[in-house]
Formats: sequence, structure tokens, C-alpha cells
Amino acid sequence: MQYSDKIIEHFTHPHNVGEIKDADGVGHVGNPACGDIMDLYIKVKDDKIIDAKFKTFGCAAAIATSSMITELVKGKTIDQALKISNQTVTEALGGVPPVKRHCSVLAEQALKSAVEDYLKKKK
Amino acid sequence: MKKIYLDYAATTPTDQRVLEAMEPFFSQKFGNPSSIHSFGREAKEAIEKSREQVAKLIGAHSEEIIFTSGGSEADNMAIKGMVSALRNKGNHIIISQIEHHAVLNTCHFLEGQGSQITYLSVDENGLVNPEDVKNALTEKTILVSIMHANNEIGAIQPIAEIAQIIKEFRNQHRKSEIQHPFFHTDAVQTVGHMPVNVQELGVDLFSLSGHKFYGPKGVGALYIKKGIKIDSLIHGGEQEQRRRASTENTPGIVGLGKACQLIASDLEKEAKRLTELRDYLINQILTKIEKSRLNGHHTQRLPNNINVSIEGIEGEAMLLSLDRAGIACSTGSACSSSTLEPSHVLVALGLSPEVAHSSLRFTLGKETTKKDLDYTIKELIKVVERLRKISPL
Repeated sequence: MQYSDKIIEHFTHPHNVGEIKDADGVGHVGNPACGDIMDLYIKVKDDKIIDAKFKTFGCAAAIATSSMITELVKGKTIDQALKISNQTVTEALGGVPPVKRHCSVLAEQALKSAVEDYLKKKK
Repeated sequence: MKKIYLDYAATTPTDQRVLEAMEPFFSQKFGNPSSIHSFGREAKEAIEKSREQVAKLIGAHSEEIIFTSGGSEADNMAIKGMVSALRNKGNHIIISQIEHHAVLNTCHFLEGQGSQITYLSVDENGLVNPEDVKNALTEKTILVSIMHANNEIGAIQPIAEIAQIIKEFRNQHRKSEIQHPFFHTDAVQTVGHMPVNVQELGVDLFSLSGHKFYGPKGVGALYIKKGIKIDSLIHGGEQEQRRRASTENTPGIVGLGKACQLIASDLEKEAKRLTELRDYLINQILTKIEKSRLNGHHTQRLPNNINVSIEGIEGEAMLLSLDRAGIACSTGSACSSSTLEPSHVLVALGLSPEVAHSSLRFTLGKETTKKDLDYTIKELIKVVERLRKISPL
């Protein structure tokens, strides 16, 4: 598997690994059958994501895309966060092997799921 | 950084002595073995010597050995050659669900062409039940193909028992001895790793591959029991008794013969050494890493095969982490395959997808030492700890 240096970096030294106990939104996607599970936690203040953490069961690309997406969302407003697509993630990582693109899609889904959860809780 | 290779089931380094044996046949003794002049004759002689060496290793006669480009070609030739030769007698083939893709995909292809294939299931240890073969045999069965040992989990199949069942079926249903159904085994993973004898196994067709036991890549052989006719896969010239055309790969064939000769002398001793190392690594993993399990039978297993699942973390992630520590191994996880499907072998064992995705395979070889395994277990513990911190499971 030809991984970019950025992917290797985010795989070996992932950012924001962990859980947020009093998270404002939690996204939980994937399932063990697929070999990919991502849990994404966000803390929101004044409509801005001030903290994000993740836990992932999956391959190097899965861990790297999770790590990258938590970096990308920190400091963004909810609206800006919703605009982050799997392409944003793969570009930030310097490209992802075609066969691994679904990992970045999962990361996008985890984020959307966390935001949805936040918006639901807000109501 | 020290590099430790623990993926011998994938391929092996070519032995220096094999390389030396091959070298003259590129530019010095380069003649076409079919040529009548001295250049051709000296190449032909070398090929025939190699044929004897291969035959001796597996307990066959020289004329029963056909050189091929490797194990995959031998499998294709055995199966497609039989289907073609016996097309007026039947179209049913019996194989196991855990065959190598060279057998599986050949059968999928033939299914599309009208063959009937029965895919026998295996038990949780990856073993075929000979009774299942018995129950699957029909008048239309032309071939049974069950691998000698599985490359992923090392499970050694009851080949002799299955051969006996097929023989009894023939005795009941056929008038002469050399009649279908014939019995093929893909022995790519056993030749060179444990003593094998085609007479004792009772098979009619048998595939082997050079690069799995310190021979060169690109060469293998198919054993075809005397008296059995199969159609060719490759038509053309008259090489290999008109059964497999193409100018012979003299250096490769010489290399294969030399590899057979070298491995023969040490087989039992090396099998014992590897078995001890295998059991040591299995024990270390199961005792030092929580929530780990062995996949496949503990003892009816290739001497050098370790396949484990480590709960909560994914195979490719482990593989890459170990790779960065200089250790090369393999995994049955979907994430490491281009099809994104988990190993069909692990699935056939009845393992849940999570367990299949968390698998690691280590296969040992002649350079493997206990020190290598101690380093591996030390690194694996670190890898597991790191990845378990990242995992939500």
C-alpha cells in the first residue's frame, strides 16, 4: 500500500486521540463487519467547535483520516464544519490510495453524525 | 534497523547455492533444450537432471513431472486440463472453500463455462471432513481438488483419507483403475516444509512452486500420475512430452531442481526446529497479549505457520506498525486486500468479520531465530498497546 508521508505521520502520531466525556456531539459510524469504526466527539461553544477527539478501529488510512478530520474541524463554525467533505480530508493528507477512499468518506460521515447529534441535543 | 522477515509463506529468498547452479544456464549453457546440437543437448541434460531431483523429493517418477511457470499454472493445468480431457464423461468438480485463489478462481471461471462445482465447507480448525467428500461424489464427478495445507492458517488436510475414499468410489463405479474422478492437491505450501510422498498421499495430480522453498520465482511443477491424460493448457511445441509447450526456462528449472536437492537433506530436522519456534511464538502471543486467539488447528498445522487474531485492533494497522519496526508479516484483514473483502479462509472457518479483520499471519523460515521472535513479540506488545489506545473497542 503506497501511503503518503502525511498519512504515515497521522497514522504513527495521530492527533486528538481520546474521548470527550461531556461532549456536545458524538458521531458513531461504521461497524466491525466492515473493519472500520469511527467515534468522533466534539465540544461546541458559541457555534464554534472548540475541541474534537476520535477513537478508531481500522487500518492506517482510517486512523489517519480520523486524525486529520479532527484537526480540520477545530476552530470551525458548525456551518463550516458541515462543508468539510471527504475530498477535503484526502487533499489535506496529500492523497489517499483509491482503494482507501472509503475511509475518508467514513470520516466525513462521522463528522456529520457528530454535528447532527449536537444539533439534536441543542433543541 | 534490523529487518526480520516473517512472511515465508508469501515467498522465500533464493538460496545462494541455487543461484550458483542457475548462473551458467543464462549465457554459457544457453542452448535451446530442443536443439539437436551440443548446445541443446547440454541444456536438455540439465533439465532432465532437475526433473529427477524434483521427482525424488516427492516420491514420483521422472516422467511424471511437468515443469510449469509456478504453482498457479500447475493448478490451472490440472483443473482445466482435466475438465477438457473429460468433457464427455462429466462436469462436476469438488473443492474446498479454503483453496488458494489459483484453484478457486479457476473453478469460478469454469462454473461460468458450464462446470458444476461443489465447495466443501471446513470445520472451525479449517479441516475438510473426508465424509463430506464421500457424500459429494457423483457419477459426473471428474475431479476433486483439496489443498495439502492452507497458506493462511497452515491447516494440513487429510489427503490420504480423502484419496482412499475416492479410490473406493472408483472401485464401486468404474471398470478400470485409471478412471475419474481424479484427485489433485495444491501442495505449494507443504513441499519443502515437511516430507511429502505422492504415493503415500494417493494423489493423481500435485502442484508445487519453487519460490516457496528457496528456489527461484517463475518456476514450478505439476506431478501427473503415470497413465493419466490431461489436455494441455499451453499448446505449441513438443516440450514436456507434448504436454506443456514453450521453450523451457532452463535456469529456472535447474534452480528448482537444486532447491529440491538442498531441502531434501534437512527436511525433518528443519521441520522440527520450525515447529518449536512456531509453538514458542504462539505461546508468547497468547500469554503476553490479552484477548488474542489462534486461528486454525494447533498441531495439525504447518511447522512454520502462526495465525492469530488480536481483539479490538485491525490487521493492516498492525502490519504497517510492525513493518515500521522492521518486521514483515501478513494479515487476512479486508483493508489489506484490493477487493476490501476479508480473507475467504478466515470467513470459511466461521470467524466473525471482526476477528478476521484483526488477524495477523507470521510464517517462519530458515533464517528465523528465537531472538527474532523475542524482538517480534516485544514490538508486537508495543504495537497492540498503541493501537488499543486509539481503538473504541
